[in-house]
Amino acid sequence: MNSWQIYRIAFQTIVTKEILRFMRIWVQTLLPPAITTTLYFVIFGRLIGDRIGEMDGYRYIDFIVPGLILMSVIQNSYANVVSSFFGTKLQHYIEELLIAPVPHWVILSGYVIGGVARGTMVGILVTIISLFFTDLSINSYGLTLLVFVLTSVLFALAGFINAVYAKTFDDISIVPTFVLTPLTYLGGVFYSIELLPGFWQQLSLANPVLYMVNTFRFGILGISDINVTLALTIILGFIAILTFYSLRLLSRGVGIKD
Amino acid sequence: MAALIIENLHKTYRNGFEALMGIDLKVEQGDFFALLGPNGAGKSTAISIIASLINKTAGRVEIYGHDLDRQRDQAKRLIGLVPQEFNFNMWEPVVEILVNQAGYYGIPRKLAFERADEALKRLGLWEKRVTQARWLSGGMKRRLMIARALVHQPRLLILDEPTAGVDIEIRRSMWDFMREINRKGTTIILTTHYLEEAESLCRNIAIIDHGRIVEQTSMSRLLSQLHTEVFLLNLAAPISSAPALPEYQATLIDSETLEVEVTREQSMNQLFALLSDQGIEVSSMRNKQNRLEQMFVDLVDGSKQMRVST
Repeated sequence: MNSWQIYRIAFQTIVTKEILRFMRIWVQTLLPPAITTTLYFVIFGRLIGDRIGEMDGYRYIDFIVPGLILMSVIQNSYANVVSSFFGTKLQHYIEELLIAPVPHWVILSGYVIGGVARGTMVGILVTIISLFFTDLSINSYGLTLLVFVLTSVLFALAGFINAVYAKTFDDISIVPTFVLTPLTYLGGVFYSIELLPGFWQQLSLANPVLYMVNTFRFGILGISDINVTLALTIILGFIAILTFYSLRLLSRGVGIKD
Repeated sequence: MAALIIENLHKTYRNGFEALMGIDLKVEQGDFFALLGPNGAGKSTAISIIASLINKTAGRVEIYGHDLDRQRDQAKRLIGLVPQEFNFNMWEPVVEILVNQAGYYGIPRKLAFERADEALKRLGLWEKRVTQARWLSGGMKRRLMIARALVHQPRLLILDEPTAGVDIEIRRSMWDFMREINRKGTTIILTTHYLEEAESLCRNIAIIDHGRIVEQTSMSRLLSQLHTEVFLLNLAAPISSAPALPEYQATLIDSETLEVEVTREQSMNQLFALLSDQGIEVSSMRNKQNRLEQMFVDLVDGSKQMRVST
């Protein structure tokens, strides 16, 4: 058996382990985003949305559906990797991987794909729920799928970095609470940035989530506040940077080796 | 070919603590090797470096001819480690822990299940295969770690205090198991605080203290260096005072127990003859202290005195 075959099996093992992990605790991992998003649809989409009227030519509920789907993907891809890898460190079973002939890029990609799997599962669940509230017609399947996956990869990587540095449970909840949630809420999930005054519009452009939400919305509705090509370039750029940084952390053994 | 060669291994932790000060070690293929030392001597640091769990500061490690830096994958495939602390996912079922570990070594899932089942049966964990690891007893957790270390069939197995906290019955069955896998060709390195365990199982030994190897030799040669052994003789009938035993140091512990120091030059036959002449019958005898324990204490004390004088 050559090294590549070994790496493939090791990768499949990590991914399978990750999927089994979040499936085993589906009440904590899959159910809450389904309930939360249903509430968003009911409250913002139906109750308040009907009074808001149209946004960029679409019913408010139709406008927020892409953002809410992507928000679930972002939060769950991140949460899966940060909690799983932190647990791996905390209970020391990271040692199972460190002692084995598993290269760092296999460890990283296994955890990231585990995060993408949960993000995808939750994203599909939320999309199915959204069909009870709106008629979802997709403008571009290719772009929608691409942004969905890239966003999931990006936040799974971010979750990994958070887990590497985390020393306590507080450390894995601080970033989602104080960074991720504000960035997502201010990333154009619930509104078009054209509604904002000039300064806040410019400031919003520094928020990477804005590019993902708008590109995803463009994939579904065909409308966007920003240039889609620029957005894809930014997403890919962030993925490249975070991948490089994560591999560097692993090779230096930060947080996992003395 | 040597199973393990360590050359000039150094480890200084970030806080400046120098855990290893240039150790050299050679373990032959098929050996059952004891690596002993007091707490904090550097045993676990050395083992963690061999197992790639921590980074070394300097030096070289070679496993079955594969350099751990240059032929990392090949070297890693040959090692199995049973660490001191439990380091598995407590929430995972027992069989999945083994199957996952096999997967990390590139063993296909179907074969991994077969290997896991085999290991679980051999180590008496079959009944617990679908139980989450957190529900296992301490002894079972230790055996689970042994099963996990063996699932990829390593040629070098490192056991870092594998029987700590395990009752005597399970410990003895674990000894039998270790002897069996060693007989089948697996090289074993054992660290333990139970010195009778090392004496009974291991053929060669290294003693490490304060990051330095203070002795590396065969078990028999080490024990033959013991100059004096202290025996406790259980007497068949009580006596009121210690008998006169010229050239022997004898102390009466109680009316039926006599403590006698015997040097390497002295004969046990002569001792028994002297006792017999005085009408004292010995019903049984035992070493006051485990022989290896006595040697270990002498060596560590010697190393301490050397550090103080330098």
